[in-house]
Parts: sequence; C-alpha cells; structure tokens
Amino acid sequence: MLDTLIEYMSFPFVRYALIVGVLIALCSSLLGVTLVLKRYSFIGDGLSHVAFGALAIATILNFTNRMIIVLPITIVFAILLLRKGQNTKIKGDAAIAMLSVGALAFGYMMMNLFPSSANVSGDVCTTLFGSMSILMLTKTDVWVCGILAIVVTILFIFLYNRIFAVTFDEDFANAVGTKVNLYNLLIATVIAVIIVLAMNLVGSLLISALVIFPALSAMSILKNFKSVTIFSAVSSMICALIGIIISILAGTPVGSTIVAADVVLFAICYLIGRIRG
Amino acid sequence: MAVLSAKELAVGYENQAVLENINFEINAGDYFCIVGENGSGKTTLMKTILGLQQAVSGSIEFGDGLMKNEIGYLPQQSVAQKDFPASVFEIVLSGCQNSLGKKFFYSKEQKKLALSNIKKMGIEKLKNRCYRELSGGQQQRVLLARALCATKKAILLDEPVAGLDPTVTEEMYELIKQLNDDGMTIIMISHDIANVSKYATRIYDVNEGRVTC
Ligand SMILES: Nc1ncnc2c1ncn2[C@@H]1O[C@H](COP(=O)(O)OP(=O)(O)OP(=O)(O)O)[C@@H](O)[C@H]1O
Ligand SMILES: [Mg+2]
Repeated sequence: MLDTLIEYMSFPFVRYALIVGVLIALCSSLLGVTLVLKRYSFIGDGLSHVAFGALAIATILNFTNRMIIVLPITIVFAILLLRKGQNTKIKGDAAIAMLSVGALAFGYMMMNLFPSSANVSGDVCTTLFGSMSILMLTKTDVWVCGILAIVVTILFIFLYNRIFAVTFDEDFANAVGTKVNLYNLLIATVIAVIIVLAMNLVGSLLISALVIFPALSAMSILKNFKSVTIFSAVSSMICALIGIIISILAGTPVGSTIVAADVVLFAICYLIGRIRG
Repeated sequence: MAVLSAKELAVGYENQAVLENINFEINAGDYFCIVGENGSGKTTLMKTILGLQQAVSGSIEFGDGLMKNEIGYLPQQSVAQKDFPASVFEIVLSGCQNSLGKKFFYSKEQKKLALSNIKKMGIEKLKNRCYRELSGGQQQRVLLARALCATKKAILLDEPVAGLDPTVTEEMYELIKQLNDDGMTIIMISHDIANVSKYATRIYDVNEGRVTC
C-alpha cells in the first residue's frame, strides 16, 4: 500500500491535489469557527449554491476564465446575506435558505436550457459533488490556492483578537468603537472567496461540511476560543490529507471521502466530549 | 460639566419613538440610575447612548473628556453567547479592544489590566474556566470585569442583577458601589427600586421623564 502511495506521489497532479486540498481545508476551518458561532452556519451552503448558479451563467456565456464571473457574484451575495442577517424583518436563516434554493434551481434550469455539453446531468453532478477536477489542477491553480491560503491565514492571525471580539459580542464591540461592519464585510468577502475556490475541491454541496465539521468537532471537546480555532484548523488539514490519500488508494470520490473523514472525526470528538461530561 | 447629556432625546425603532422628551445630565462620579417597568424603553435608551442605534430625534452629547468609546458596557444577557467556547480570561481581555488602536495584539499591560480586573471581581479561580459553564452570577462578574477593561471613567449596566439571588445581588451592588467610590461614573438600568434608592445618587424615571435625587 505504501508502495502504491509513493508511486502516486511521484505524479505532480497528486502532489498538487494534496497541497491544494489541505490549504483549502485550512482556510475554511479558520473561518468555520466564527461562522458557526455567529449562527451563519448555512452561509456556506447558500453561497456555494450562488456560486453554482454563477458558474452555470459563466458556462453558458462560454467564459474561458469562469472565476471572473463567479467570484464577484458570490462576494456580492455574501455581503447581501450578511446585511440581511442584521435586518429584523427578514430573518437571516430564511434569507439564506431562499437564496440557496433559488440559486440552485436557477443554475440547474440554465444548464438545461443552454446545455454546453451533451451530458447535462454529468455536468451538474460534477459541480455539485466535486469532480476529478482536483486531480487536474495546474501549477497556476496551486499558486493561486497557496497565495489565498497565506493571505487568509495572515489576515486571520493578525485580526484574531478583533474577530474574537466581533464574534463573541457584536454589541459590546460596537459600543467600544470596534468597526464591526467592516470586519463582518471582510469575513463575508473572505468566505466567498474560499467557497468559490473550494468548489473545485469538494463541489458546492459539500462545502458546508468543510466549514462546519471541524468547528463542531473542536467545540465538542475544547473550551476556549484559541484552542478551538487551532484544533479545528489542524484537524481539518489532517482530515483533508487522509481523505485525499484514501480516495487515491481506494478510488473513491475525493470530496465525499474528505467529508467522511470529517464526519468520523466529529463522531470521535463528540463521544469524547460526552464521556468527559 | 456633564460627562453625558441628553437633550430633547427620543429613542425607538425605525423612527417610531418608544420614549420621548428625555432630558438629563450625568456628571462625573454620579451613580445614575434609570428606572421604569418592562418594555418602557430603558434598553433602547441605553443602546442609543452607546451608539448601537440611531436616536429618533434630539441629541446625546459627551463632554468633560469622556469619549463615546470609553464607556464600559454590561449588556442584558443575550442567548447567543450561551454555547460560546471562550475562557474567562479571553472574554475579559476582549474588553481591552478599544485600546488596541492600530495594534493587532494585546500588550503585557493590557493582559495585566485584564488580570487585575478579574481579581477585583473576585473570580480569579475561574480565570481559565469556560464561560458557558459558569453560573449566571459568575457570568455577570466576567462581563463586568470586561466592561472595566474598556473604561476608567464611566460604565453602563443594563440590569446587572437580573436573575441573581439576594446574596449575590447584594454582592453585585457592593462591587458596583466600590467602583463608584473609586471615582467611576455609574449609569445603571434597573427596576429594583428598593436597592436603587439605597445606592443611587440620582434617579431618572423614564415614565415621569425627570431626575430625582
Ligand atoms: N428590535 C426591536 N424592534 C422594534 N421594537 C422593539 C425592538 N426591541 C424592543 N422593541 C420595543 O421597544 C420597547 C422598549 O423595549 P426595551 O427593550 O427598551 O425595554 P426595557 O425597558 O429595556 O424592558 P426590560 O425591563 O424588560 O428590559 C418595547 O415595547 C419593545 O417591544
Ligand atoms: Mg431591557
């Protein structure tokens, strides 16, 4: 088995997949803690469906670089959703659900009306559940991902204290003059960028898992913010690593295997948390 | 000169006033209480003072060297924090956020300040405990310690004793009294008239719209 693994490692595309997978897992788990605690767990779900709809548009319009369309649209909706979260008339979760389902339906309809290839359901399946595309990454993709991961991690470390303040108690932060809206905007933008990039890895349906599971695993056994953050980042990277290796060895779909690893870890953490009381 | 004054202030939601004709002046060193029954608009008034929402009309002015972001604030408990994984120290330290300025990390002095406020509140033993596992009274002390980190001048308390038993309530009032004796301006919301009249130097009744001493 080790031989097979070493043999696979000699292929650049396998190494690329591992690097990109682990980096995306890192980014999504860093923000995951904040999103879960701010009751925005579903923003990942909603935004990934928006990205799916945007991707459909980009495919139909035959853009060579589809990110030019997908990224701005997703960022705009991320900001809108966060605004809606503050609006008392339309509840944040309802707005996210509406947008999520609407964008998904719209994207699917577009793909059917203007099929860009003969195999529509294959296309849809690929976008939703992730594809082999992680095994077709180019060196450029790896660089883009690497830079994103570095930017997100640095931003997170430097703004850690403010992110904590804004996450724990928005009103207090506001009252003592912290620019809460600015940080919310930043969080929305970063999460939108991560989601769009992560779609290549696990597909839009499974992104929520990448955001939520590491945070929940950490929260079920740990009791302060710093250790929760560190644990969820590290465990998310390990799960991604294990998931990708298993998927290579066993020939299972990459995205689902990573999420399966996250689910197993969550189950273990939950049990430990329960036993310790 | 007043550190805080409200002039012809009206507060409410979406331009609907819930409370109008508010006029008062708070001087440095006051123990100022705002009283009124449930739903009369006390929390709304307080949020407006803190700039968390817009005044419907009228104005709030800060003076005598008090800046708006130099007021410590103890909120009425919110449910959103109930399952938050944070240690007592992390929460108290976050009270120093307004003195971070352009810096990213808390300094040694700020950590010391947090620690000394934890001691002042008598919760030193709980320093590394998880906030969500504390009792209501202990949580109030943590939030009060945090508020103290944010200010040296004035502190705003929204029903600090709600849900506390008589002994702990008494302790809480003593702590607040102690702060006031040390020169802190106290602005407190309450409907505990008995205790309020015992401690407060001035009382503002939102229904009558006037200050009594
Ligand atoms: N977000 C909101 N939007 C619209 N109206 C609100 C909102 N929050 C409170 N109100 C209304 O404003 C009025 C004043 O509420 P407020 O919370 O200020 O009362 P309070 O005096 O603090 O009461 P309590 O003693 O129960 O804390 C109430 O009638 C309430 O229904
Ligand atoms: Mg109130």
